[in-house]
Amino acid sequence: MFGVLNKNFLTGLLIVVFLALAPLVLTTHWIIILTEIIIMSLYAMSFNLLFGYTGLLSFGQAGFFGAGAYFSALTLAHFTSSFWVCVAVGVIGTALLAFVIGWFCVRLDEIYFAILTLGFGMMLFTLAHNWRSVTGGSDGLTILTLPVLTFSSYRLELFNPKIFYWLSLITVSLGIVVLRQVVNSPFGLLLTATRENSQRVSFVGQNVRTVRLVAFTIAGALAGMAGVLFGLFNRIASPEMLHWSFSGKAVLMTILGGSGVFLGPAVGTSIFFVLEHFITSYTTNWMIFLGAILIALVLLFPMGVLGTAASFISKQRGVMKHE
Amino acid sequence: MNNTPLLEIKNLHKNFGKFQALHGVSLTVSEGCLTALIGPNGAGKTTFYNVVSGRYKPSGGRVYFQGKDVTGAPTHKLVGLGLLRSFQITNIFPKLTVLENVLTPVIIHNGKSFSLLNSLRRKTDLREQAEQILDMVGLTRYANRSASTLAYGDKRLVEIAIALARKPKLVLLDEPTAGMNPEETERIIHLIKDLSTRSGATFFITEHDMKVVFSIAQRIFVLNQGRPLAEGTPDEIRANRFVREAYLGGSLDARGA
Repeated sequence: MFGVLNKNFLTGLLIVVFLALAPLVLTTHWIIILTEIIIMSLYAMSFNLLFGYTGLLSFGQAGFFGAGAYFSALTLAHFTSSFWVCVAVGVIGTALLAFVIGWFCVRLDEIYFAILTLGFGMMLFTLAHNWRSVTGGSDGLTILTLPVLTFSSYRLELFNPKIFYWLSLITVSLGIVVLRQVVNSPFGLLLTATRENSQRVSFVGQNVRTVRLVAFTIAGALAGMAGVLFGLFNRIASPEMLHWSFSGKAVLMTILGGSGVFLGPAVGTSIFFVLEHFITSYTTNWMIFLGAILIALVLLFPMGVLGTAASFISKQRGVMKHE
Repeated sequence: MNNTPLLEIKNLHKNFGKFQALHGVSLTVSEGCLTALIGPNGAGKTTFYNVVSGRYKPSGGRVYFQGKDVTGAPTHKLVGLGLLRSFQITNIFPKLTVLENVLTPVIIHNGKSFSLLNSLRRKTDLREQAEQILDMVGLTRYANRSASTLAYGDKRLVEIAIALARKPKLVLLDEPTAGMNPEETERIIHLIKDLSTRSGATFFITEHDMKVVFSIAQRIFVLNQGRPLAEGTPDEIRANRFVREAYLGGSLDARGA
């Protein structure tokens, strides 16, 4: 399912080049939408490392996404204005948080795992919502000064949507390269083996919990990375980013695009945001229509839009790959 | 050859509540000696395997592996020492390819479980090891097929290949021919005989098919209602009065190979 052709590197490079050139022709309005899609794609893909690859359904991924936003907002407010320090604090902070929370969650799997992650996600939400003195409570933490990027004498202002777009593209691409490396590594195979038959993995002498904990930590750190960008993008870290319904969004976008293909969640994210954008411009009852379209898409593309397309293409080629 | 048996069981007991599933079982398996454990349904063979492989803790008695007391040791520890089991039901990674099925234990065996910087796309040493094992069990031509698409008999071979990938010293094979057609049975008997001499692993099998047992085992233990009934070479077991009466009836002459 995840075994892919060597052309993939070129395909990826082509997508990045295409996306890098996009702001030259797009209006500011669309640049902003595309920025959000790019950031949310990393979020959905981090979720899919657990869901599609490891076979663990997390309902708490927003907890790490939001934590990344809060960590960077706090760093900006109290310590430094460096963009890369912000990202580093966000990623390392969420990795640690994910490690601790994961340590409890990976003890169970299936629905029990989902409930545990949901529970921890709700705790993080409540913490952000009620710890007013640190988190700003329900108002969130407003980011008053965006970080600056300095390359020796050059200063890049993140207030410029194009600059912010390119920066997001670079950061998200880095995150995706990391994910790609993980799924292609020996550890990545162990993840899919654990998904397929965790009992058999432990019967050949591998502690399954450790495997799951490492996956959980990596997924959390990458969600945190996306969260840092999302906080800067909205200039605020707010409790909604940690809410379980935000975790549900990751599930929805992943299933929509296809959990069985590497870029599936990114495709799902794109479809979701473009649909949302168009429908909200026509009606205030947009949720009804968005819901109806999503139901139709899921029924039409049982393996996700990209997943179903990929399996159709490989059948057309006569490559009998998987059931 | 050194005198320490590969596996030595002393006076093993296992109770489930009041039910005595195993009652005073003692036996030894020597290195390189293809050994079989037989007995009618409910004799305690699978319980015996579950205790020896660390799935259940025994109620009494000791288990020694290479002279080391491993009584009640957890499965992963036994696997590390070289004691593996294969399963009566097919226990593989269905959606992975056949090669990936074997690559997984190879990675674990080489301590590369958390290796994030290597890529499996490239031709690696790990891949070569996995390919060698596929070659040994004759599955090379299916290497890139999804394991779930194989025929039943081939899935059982994948199962054995997964165990072999950990370079075991002792493999417990629970009913290797269960559910197989005569052709597949023939093939797996041949394979077990072959692996027993070539792979460096000693095989300890349970089996209900007497024809299979007498054609491959060098030493046989008979279990009846959780108690040891007899042990010996195939010829001795065939001739044993208790075994004939209590378990095999008169059918030995008719079915014996």
